[in-house]
Amino acid sequence: MDIQLKRGLLDVCVLTAIKNEDSYGYKIIKDMKPFIELSESTLYTILKRLEVAEMLTVYTSEYEGRIRKYYHITDCGLKRIEEFKEDWKEMWSLYQFITKGDEDE
Amino acid sequence: MSKQEFIEKLRVKLSNLPQKEVDDRIAFYSEMIDDKIEDGILEEDAVKSIGDVDDITSQIITEIPLSKIVKEKLKINRKLEFWEIALMILCAPILISVIVGLFVVIFSIYISLWSVVVSLWAGFVSLCVGAVYGILVGGALMIFGDTFVNFVIFSLGILAAGLAIFLYFGCKYTTKGMVYITKKLIYLIKIAFAKKEATNA
Repeated sequence: MDIQLKRGLLDVCVLTAIKNEDSYGYKIIKDMKPFIELSESTLYTILKRLEVAEMLTVYTSEYEGRIRKYYHITDCGLKRIEEFKEDWKEMWSLYQFITKGDEDE
Repeated sequence: MSKQEFIEKLRVKLSNLPQKEVDDRIAFYSEMIDDKIEDGILEEDAVKSIGDVDDITSQIITEIPLSKIVKEKLKINRKLEFWEIALMILCAPILISVIVGLFVVIFSIYISLWSVVVSLWAGFVSLCVGAVYGILVGGALMIFGDTFVNFVIFSLGILAAGLAIFLYFGCKYTTKGMVYITKKLIYLIKIAFAKKEATNA
């Protein structure tokens, strides 16, 4: 898949993983596992990118005697998910146009 | 490999990168390994699943811009002793010229490699021009006066066209090769900066 396209998709996937409740690194990977295998290093890069873009905020919380980082989605992040859904509708109709000819053959 | 060993190894390999960036990364991997262990995965397997230290290192180095690495390298974290400053001033004339010299040599080799690429393309363009001229002019002259010279001009045009097609692939691959070398060079410079302290440590 095109790298730029995949990068954008993964950003939205990670945002979705923290949409309903704040989450942490390992949980995000586990939640996404049935759909896509994400490496730790890749997730780190995505989280950093989203933090810089102000689509999520990070806070630390103590858990069983150690520090754990939690990720919280911002309004900007929520907006990104909605934008993606809109974009996808458009892409979907384009896809249907592109594949329309395939069935006739 | 235990978690502790993994983190130590990573820290040594990345010792010359921006410290905050390294701490951040290591905290992230450390938390990830702890969570995996808590989930019932053996420590060794948890570490293994994060990936090979060398792979992670090269990925991190690729992601951090060169300018940031160089800036971090040039930053001196402690106060210098008097003798260190004196030594620096004394050595500066030699050291700076050696460094500049080295840089100039590498840079000129690099530039000359690119000039080969440019001259190949120039050759390609001139062959194209020759081919068009030979075929059009030679062809036209052959129609009006069927002499041997006109035939030679026309044939040379065809020959130039053939060579141009041949050379095109040569140009394409050398250009690709140079782009590859450029990327590799940037990566090597980054590695050199990132690893220097690691070997001292």
